[in-house]
Amino acid sequence: MKKRVVITGLGIVAPNGVGLDAFTHAIKNGVSGIKHDSELERLQFSCQIAGKPEVPPELSLRYFTELELRNFNSSGILYGVIAGIDAWKDAGLSMEVHDEPDWESGTIFGTGTSGIDKFRESIYKIDDFQTRRLGSTAVAQTMNSGISAYLGGKLGLGNIVTTNSSACTTGTESILMAYERIQSGQAKRILAGSTSDSGPYIWGGFDAMKVCTYKHNETPEKGSRPMSASASGFVPGSGAGALIVEDLESALARGAKIYAEILGGNLNSGGQRGQGSMTAPNPIAVQRCIKKAMENAGIHPKEIDAINGHLTATSKDSLEIQNWSDALGRSGAAFPFINSLKSIVGHCLSAAGSIESVATVLQLHHNFIFPNINCEDLHPEITAIIDSSRIPQKLIEKELNIIAKASFGFGDVNGCVIFKKYKLHSQTF
Amino acid sequence: MDKQEIIEKLRSIVKPYSNNQNAFDNLTESTDFISDLQINSANLVDVILDIEEEFDIVIDNQSMERMLDVQSAIEIIELKLSEK
Repeated sequence: MKKRVVITGLGIVAPNGVGLDAFTHAIKNGVSGIKHDSELERLQFSCQIAGKPEVPPELSLRYFTELELRNFNSSGILYGVIAGIDAWKDAGLSMEVHDEPDWESGTIFGTGTSGIDKFRESIYKIDDFQTRRLGSTAVAQTMNSGISAYLGGKLGLGNIVTTNSSACTTGTESILMAYERIQSGQAKRILAGSTSDSGPYIWGGFDAMKVCTYKHNETPEKGSRPMSASASGFVPGSGAGALIVEDLESALARGAKIYAEILGGNLNSGGQRGQGSMTAPNPIAVQRCIKKAMENAGIHPKEIDAINGHLTATSKDSLEIQNWSDALGRSGAAFPFINSLKSIVGHCLSAAGSIESVATVLQLHHNFIFPNINCEDLHPEITAIIDSSRIPQKLIEKELNIIAKASFGFGDVNGCVIFKKYKLHSQTF
Repeated sequence: MDKQEIIEKLRSIVKPYSNNQNAFDNLTESTDFISDLQINSANLVDVILDIEEEFDIVIDNQSMERMLDVQSAIEIIELKLSEK
């Protein structure tokens, strides 16, 4: 029999809030974490605003030893370790050190790159004939699996310890990979999540592609405008989100708090065929991903109360709304509520899926739908498909049962996960 | 630089890497970096880089290989200092 899978812990390092309390407050109140970035200005980026979590050194010291922080230069690992350990503790799991690894717990913690600043530093040393001066941690900080390796060691994990990578779908993918592993009985709990480095070396490529906005360098908080007629590109962001994905029986046995149930989901690709390409989604694949996710979760499209979209604030937002509408067979005022976290944190790239999933699960658990900001001027192509009342611009407090969350990434890859409010007997009636 | 001075400098260099407080408190010439101080073997290269920086010397690969305890470290540091 397939196991039921629940979420028992959350951790968050977001541009608009580090820690669950700060983040929950920020999303409920539409508090933006987008700021002017003097380094991007110095480097003459077109887009000089960004979403970057604030992690003071004294906070880092609560998660890393002084020795670990010597020559440490990997913002992605910093964010991921904080979010991961916070989620672990939030789930009521012990930080006690034992000799025996915890065979039933693992981590699937994704990222796009690792320690890109450390990588840059290392390359300069190598080219300067200073390879011998790289120190002992250049590999651990720059290997893609650095984040899962750091977390695995800090928590003594003995099950799967790996890093997944699928561009902006990474975080959503990690949750579904964790779900599958637990559902099949191969682990009791997986620390799922994803992280993304900060800074010019991660964001430069997007700036060069002209997909980031250059129109809001003087008005950072207005810059990220998903679903708006005046959306002019995404705002780069960074951070990490983490979720403890756990076998229901194990969660009940240890009396854990249960945030939500993962009913199912789907991962696919458009194969870069049809309208799909390296950078554009194939709409047939997106719709198929959403439909297959509902099928896998065993729900009817009408049961979806809300959607947390990918919605980056580029010209693709209207297409995404069309895809949701077609996949669900719902439009106008019958469409579910929909929101995009990117209006207040920017596009956190490989961390987007996990940060946005944490926000989604918080909505289910605390019964609210966070407001979208910067879409006073909704795009007419969007309001032609769905009623404007479906795009909340003020906090809605409301009992919620099912929320769908999707992410789409470069490489024409898609992920959709279905979260449900946890009820003990939801599947046995 | 006399031996005691070198030992004092070594003491502050190895401090962050040591995992055995008792062995660190009782550090002598015969203290072994790995078996006594329980320094992670991967960190030995960091210890050597710190020594190079502190004493402004360059330690070649061969010397590095035998620099596993306080005594050999002192010998190598004295040799490199005398060659300066």
